[in-house]
This record gives sequence, C-alpha cells and structure tokens, in this order.
Amino acid sequence: MALKLASIFFTMILVDNYVLSKFLGICPFLGVSKKLDSAVGMSLAVTFVMVMATAATWPIYRLLLVPAGMEGTDRDMGYLQTIVFILIIAILVQLLENFLKKFIPALYKALGVYLPLITTNCTILGVTILNLDNGYNFVESIVCAAGAGIGFLVAMVLFSGVRRKVEQAVTPVCFKGLPITLVAAAMTSLSFMGFGGIVEAIFRV
Amino acid sequence: MSNNSKLKILTNGILAENPVLRLVLGTCPTLAVTTMASNGIGMGLAATFVLLCSNIVISALRKIIPDQVRIPCYITVIAGFVSVVQMIVKAYVPTLDKALGVYLPLIVVNCIILGRAEMFASKNGVVDSALDGIGMGIGFTITLTIMGTIREILGSGTWMAGLGGLIPSLGSDFAIRVIPESIDSFSIMTSAPGGFFVFGIMMAGATWLTTRPKKEKTVQPAEAAEGGNA
Repeated sequence: MALKLASIFFTMILVDNYVLSKFLGICPFLGVSKKLDSAVGMSLAVTFVMVMATAATWPIYRLLLVPAGMEGTDRDMGYLQTIVFILIIAILVQLLENFLKKFIPALYKALGVYLPLITTNCTILGVTILNLDNGYNFVESIVCAAGAGIGFLVAMVLFSGVRRKVEQAVTPVCFKGLPITLVAAAMTSLSFMGFGGIVEAIFRV
Repeated sequence: MSNNSKLKILTNGILAENPVLRLVLGTCPTLAVTTMASNGIGMGLAATFVLLCSNIVISALRKIIPDQVRIPCYITVIAGFVSVVQMIVKAYVPTLDKALGVYLPLIVVNCIILGRAEMFASKNGVVDSALDGIGMGIGFTITLTIMGTIREILGSGTWMAGLGGLIPSLGSDFAIRVIPESIDSFSIMTSAPGGFFVFGIMMAGATWLTTRPKKEKTVQPAEAAEGGNA
C-alpha cells in the first residue's frame, strides 16, 4: 500500500509531470515563471488548492453524483461532473482567500495575487477529473493531487532558472520573448523524458 | 456601425489578434491535442461552439450580471455549454471523445473563452459578440489544424489520420501518407517536447508576419540587402 502510494507520488512528479508532459497549467507556467519567488508562491498556492479540491470533489462525485452501483441508471448524474467541479473549485478558492485574509495575513500577502488566477488553472480541474478516470480511491487521489502539485513546483522552479539565462540570450527579433521561451521549455521537457520508467524500476510495482 | 467594422471583428481573430499565437490564450489544449491534425479540427470546432454560445449568452446578460460576481456567472454559463458539447461528442463522435480525453471538459478553463467573455462580450452587443466568437473560434481552429499538421507529418508521417471518426463516410482507417513508411518517423514531434518546439516556431512566425515592416515601393539595390546580411 505504502509502496503504491509512493509510486503514484513520484510518478506524478517526475514521469507524468503535469506541466512538462501532460500540458496542463501552461498559462501560469509561462506567465509566472519569470521570478523565482513568485514561481514558488504560485506553485504552493496551486498545490494547496489541488489537495483541497480533490478532498472535496472525490466524495461528492462518489457519494452524490454517481453512488456505487448506480452507474448507467437514472440516478447516474455523471454528466454534471464538469459544472459541479468547476463551481466547487471556484468556491474553494474564494473561501481560501477570505480565510487567509482574516487569519493568516502574512500568507495572504504572499499568495494574494495568485489566488484568483487559480480558478482557471487547468491543473486543478484536470487532477480532480483524472483521479476519477484512473479509478483511484480517496487516499490515492489525495496523494496523486499532492504529487501533481509538487511536480508543478519542481517544473516552475527549474524553468525559472532556465528562463533567467534565456532572457539574456541574443535571439532573432521575432523570437524575442515567448517564442524562445517555448523552445527552452521544449528542452526542459526533453530532459524530463529521461525519467521515463525510473519509478517502476525503483519501486518494482 | 458599418459592415466594414463588423467584418473586421470577424477577421480580427484569424491573424491580427489570433487567440493562440498573438494573445497567448488557451495554450494547454493547443499543445496537448495537436498530435494529429484531425484532433486539432475536432478541438477547434468544440471550442468554437462553446465560444459562440457563451459569448451570445453573456453579452445578452451583461446588464443583469452584477459586477462583483461576474466571473462565477461566466464560468457557470461556460460550464453549461461545455457539458452540452461533451454529451454531443460522446454520443455522436466517440473516437474524438477518446482522443481528446480530459481536454474536452477542460474547455471550461480554456482562457480564450473566459478571456473573450471578459474582454469583449461583457462590453459589446449580441451580434458583435457572436461575430467575435466565430472569428476567434476560426482562428483557434486554423492554428490547431496547422500545428497538428506539422506535428503529425513529421512525427508519424501521415496526415488527417482519424478524420474518419469525424466524417464516418471516409472509413475508420482513413489517413493520407505523406512520408513513406520506409523512412523512420521523427517521433519526438508527437510527444511533449515537439509540442513546445513547434508552438515556439509558429509563434515566432506569426510575430514575424504581423510586425515585419511593410515592403517599400522602391526595390532596394541587391548589394545593400546582401551587405545587411553579411
């Protein structure tokens, strides 16, 4: 059990990294990775919301929308998944913002500007839907969400370092800014392909 | 408002304000589904439908929706139309549903749709918003198809494989072979790094097309041009 959880966790960070191999959350990846501290702040906020959103959506889907044994019957309300999940995420982000503002003002100041952006971050909705598609149980889903968040953090931190070098490089005029950044992202993603198979080899699952 | 400006709203999205290449919105589906050209067409059409409908509804409701809760309202409208598309695609084009996977429900958080709702539909009339939605959708579809074409031809040597899923009369194993099978395909193009790379090159191309200096009437002497390059 512990081995399976560890393998899910590290697979999400290294092999199935959401940003570099599944293309989720590219907008914040390109937008907020210019500075190291904002990259870390954004990723921590995303990780937190991801775990919270998974903890909220998994029981709602399994207990309310599609209760066990009700698949395919009239009681199956799986088609409401998208609309219910996005509303839950929007509410969670709003709650979190109010909570932090009131009780942990220091953290609110650090994360404040990123919080509203998180609602439309596709990694959050993506991880909640993929957890259910993969048939993970509750604990596995939480671990998977945490792994996805840490994977996002790793990609952001690594890429903010790459980006600092790229900004100073001399490039053709039409490549200035984003195009050359994307080419650099291609290299970063290529290096992550090297992790393929490493988790199976370590944990033997 | 003259017909000219209506036409301009419609064509704006195709190159000058192309949502993907110029405004850099909706990058996630752009990178993820363009391993095949036919996926690009399917994704583009699905997003165009959602964009058109949500733009119309949001611009019709723009005076009723209170300013403080506008984002949740927009998201609810968009999520409703995405669920409609999901159900239609699942029922009539199941192969496309498999190919797009999680990216189909993720149209909800596609920044193009929320972005156009916020930037255009909440400030303009119903007709203009509908035109804007169609124009942006066409720009999105064309970009995805071109990108899918490049990646599919280089990565697997075929073109439009899987189009049979969209148009049943073509048969399920329809594909145009561009590069003969005897030549090894450049398979990295269909995986993640190739996506970033092709996207970067295309964005540079679009920047060059829209910002290059207009050609002058008098032709420059050949030596001067060569000297500039050297």
